[in-house]
Formats: sequence, structure tokens, C-alpha cells
Amino acid sequence: MHPAFSVIFFTTMSGAGYGLWFWLAWSYDLAERPAKGVALIALGLGFLLVSIGLLSSTLHLGKPLRAWRAFSQWRSSWLSREGVMAVVCYLPMLWFGAAIWHGQDHEIARALLAIISLAPVLCTGMIYASLKPIPAWRHGLVLPMYLLLAIFTGGLLLLSIRSLSSASVPTWTGLATLIVAVLLWRLKRAYWRDLDRGDERLPDRASALGLPAGREFHVFERPHTEANYLTREMGFVLARKHSRRLRMLATIGFALLPALCAAAMWLFPNLDTSPWLVVAALSALLGTFVERWLFFAEAKHLVMLYY
Amino acid sequence: MTSLPAPAKKKLGLVIDLDTCVGCHACAVACKEWNAGGIAGPLTDENPYGDDPFGVWFNRVHSYEVAPTATQPATTLHVPRSCLHCETPACVSVCPTGASYKRAEDGIVLVDEDKCIGCKLCSLACPYGAREYSEVEGVMKKCTLCVDRIYNENIPEQSRQPACVQACPTRARHFGDLGDEESAVSKLVAERGGVTLLPELGYAPVNRYLPPRPRRGGEATAPTVAEEKLDVEQLPPLLRWLDRALSR
Repeated sequence: MHPAFSVIFFTTMSGAGYGLWFWLAWSYDLAERPAKGVALIALGLGFLLVSIGLLSSTLHLGKPLRAWRAFSQWRSSWLSREGVMAVVCYLPMLWFGAAIWHGQDHEIARALLAIISLAPVLCTGMIYASLKPIPAWRHGLVLPMYLLLAIFTGGLLLLSIRSLSSASVPTWTGLATLIVAVLLWRLKRAYWRDLDRGDERLPDRASALGLPAGREFHVFERPHTEANYLTREMGFVLARKHSRRLRMLATIGFALLPALCAAAMWLFPNLDTSPWLVVAALSALLGTFVERWLFFAEAKHLVMLYY
Repeated sequence: MTSLPAPAKKKLGLVIDLDTCVGCHACAVACKEWNAGGIAGPLTDENPYGDDPFGVWFNRVHSYEVAPTATQPATTLHVPRSCLHCETPACVSVCPTGASYKRAEDGIVLVDEDKCIGCKLCSLACPYGAREYSEVEGVMKKCTLCVDRIYNENIPEQSRQPACVQACPTRARHFGDLGDEESAVSKLVAERGGVTLLPELGYAPVNRYLPPRPRRGGEATAPTVAEEKLDVEQLPPLLRWLDRALSR
């Protein structure tokens, strides 16, 4: 599949933003409560990431000005649900922000934000997981990876903000980061292994042509001499050529570097955590970006059976 | 509304005979001609002429080489690919705006170009590659089953068929109601064992393809060359000697 830059940027950035809101809402009263300014900065950074991502996602539309129409078909379409949830999420966020600003009671807003903030990410994952013609996206790990990476990048961003504002970051967060990084690495490795192995139950060319299996077909002539929309959009081969190197880059970004930083924080509790956390967060974002690019570029569409 | 309508009795669609299709692309050209003409043609070209022509087509004719088997000779196979007007089209249910819809009255799948935002998700949901995006207009395009012809009372009745069907020189394309068991197309499908493409995906295409008939039995494989025998006794003495000398 052709990787649309705007969509990759959107899922990476907005994912991190939603993860940031999720952690802020959950952890607000769990550990040491962040100072008013810190909480607002975290909320604001989330707002920035989410909004830039959403705006960027409209760039791949042919008619961006009609984007509002996408709120109408939430009964059947995951893309529509994603749009609706993206807008709905702003409400508890603004409420929570206002409550913090005025130093008021915020329990309901906080609970709402904690529950709703990952819904858009879930919808994003489902958009892809529900497309039958793209077997690589039907894989059971697609949705968990979308959610986990949003939680992971968002969590690292929140820890970075807390650390930079000279609030103490508990040592156990280092261990937790390490565990999640290892988990991400294992899950993505399992996904890639399944992708390489292929699936024998997938339809073959005989089925695509409606002919009984057992006869051998070769392409004699394509319908068109030049490229068309389908071959450009769905016959993308660059990533499969460089997949080994890109997979390694992605894994170093979203798992290895954050894991090393987290290990350092956990093993040396007296360390100044801020630089380590900032490096881990940026690396996780970059790694997620490469992972997302591969997610698109490596996936094959069944229509290519005809070509 | 992108939620699907209740299954209709009428299921308009095409039956394409792979036995008689010769891969001439007349259907594709006729489709292009009909649908790109006029002032509001849905079939736009991005770059129709020059070094790198690029544009939308609703029909794409693929040609394959079929390897021989023990009983069947090697053949070519031409498969025209177009929208199958599925009974449960995923391209419709993924549409976030309601631009894609399946008509309740006859099952034709259409795009309302005034509502389409050009997100391209429907084209990803279609395993048949029936939808092509127009960069020029920023909206998705697809086969309309010539909805502007088949109900058009201003043209002669025999012309009220899709342009591709009318153009086919070998009559490999048939148009009709596949929901009606008594219709000519349904009978043809029953008689020839018509099949759907990629049925395992569960989109329940309406269009049917008639598989190529087996080539005539016995003569299917090339006749094996009988071993040549040379009756040496019949040869003149000089050639008999030559045969002996060469056989040594």
C-alpha cells in the first residue's frame, strides 16, 4: 500500500497526544499530583499533537472542505466513528483543563477523559483491521499495536514533561517503560514473522479469476501500458525491498533506545531523568513513525492478484 | 446512507463469458467513450495524451497465459474486470460520508460525487479494484452500470443496456436481472455454471463470470508424433548402404 505521509503523521502524532491525555487523566491523583502549570502544559501539548495530526489527516482528502460530512455515518463506518470520537474527546479535555485552571473539582471530567481519550486510537486501528482485502492489516496484533504505541509514546511524553518541570519521576516508571518496550518489540516481531510467513488460506489468482484451482496462470498482458490508480496506490514495492533495514530502524526507535534509557533510570535512581526521558520519548515517536510507514508500505492488497 | 439497504429482489448486473471474450478491450473503450462524453462525464483523465497517460477507467481487461494440463491445451484467458455490484459491498459500509451507496431498488452501487470527500478508503475496501480515484476532481469514481442508459426512455429500447455490453463484438457480455431466476442472464448462469470472483471474502458479488468451456476432448493435447519407421528393404542399394554406414 502506498504510504500517505499525512496519514502516517496523523496516526503517530495524534496517537501520542491521545496517550498523553490518557496518562494525565489516569495518573493525576494516583502519584504526586503535578503542579497546575505542568498539568496544563501536558494537556496543551496533547491538544497541539492531536490537532496538528487531525489537520494533517485532512490533507490526504480530495475535498478537505467537505470533511464535516464524515461525521454522519458512524453507524457503519470506522472512519466516521474516528472523526466523531476525535471531536468528542475535546469536550472532556476542555472541561478538565478548565477545572484545573480554576482549581475546581475535576473528578468527572478526569474520568471521562481517561475513558474516552483512547477511543479515537481504537477507531483508527479498527479502520485498518476491518479491511478484508489487505490481509496484513487483518492481523490480530494491529489493533493492540496502535493502542500500545499511543499509550507508550504518550506516557513517555508525560514523564518527560514532569521530569523537565523538576517534579520527581518515580523509579518504578523506568522499570515499567522497560517492560512495555520489550513487550512492543516482541509483539511487533511476532507480527512481522507472521507477515513473512504468509498465509496459505489467502485467496489465490485462480479464485480471483473464478477458475478452479490447479491450473497455472501467468500474466500475458496487463490491461494498461502505464501505471494506474491501483498500481500506484496498492502496488507499492519500495518497502518490501528494504524491509529488513527499516524494521531494524523502527525497532531501535520505538523499543531499544527507550528501553536503554529506561534501564538507566531504573538502575541509577539518582540520575537526572529529564535528558533520558526526552531522548526516549523522541526516539519512540520516530520509531513509531517508521513502524507506521512500514505498516502501510509492506501491506499487500488482494487486487494485485490480477496484476 | 452507507448502512446497506435490505436485500432487494432486483439485482441488476453483468454476466461475462470468459469462453468467448477475446480481449479486444472494446468494452473498456466503449465505457470510456460513453462515460467521458458530455459535460458531466464521470470518467476523467489526468493526463490523456503524451508520455505518461493516466486516467480513470471502469473496465480493465487482463490477459493471462494458461499453462497446459494433461487434458487441456495451453490457452490465453481474457478477464474483463469491473465493478461487481456486490450484495454486501464493503466499499459502501466503510464510506464515512454516505457518498457511497447501494440502491435499494435495483442493487446498483453508486457514488454521490457531491458528498465524496476523496478519502479513498472505499478503494482499499474493494478487492476487485473497481474504484479508481480522480485526482482531477478529488473524488472517487466507479462503474455506474450505465444507470443513465438503462432507464433512459429517450433512446431506443434495444440501446438501454450498459455501453460495454452493447460494444462487445463477441457477445461475451450480458446485462440483466440476476435476482430473477427466469431472466435470460440467470438461465445462462445456471446453464454454464457461472461463478463469482473471490467468493471467500463474503461480499457476494452480483456479476457472474462464465468459465471457459473445456477444449474438445481427445484433440485437446497435441497429437503425439508416431515413431517413424524406415523400411530399409524398400530403399535403393546406394541409400541402403548410406543407412548402414550412418547407423554404425
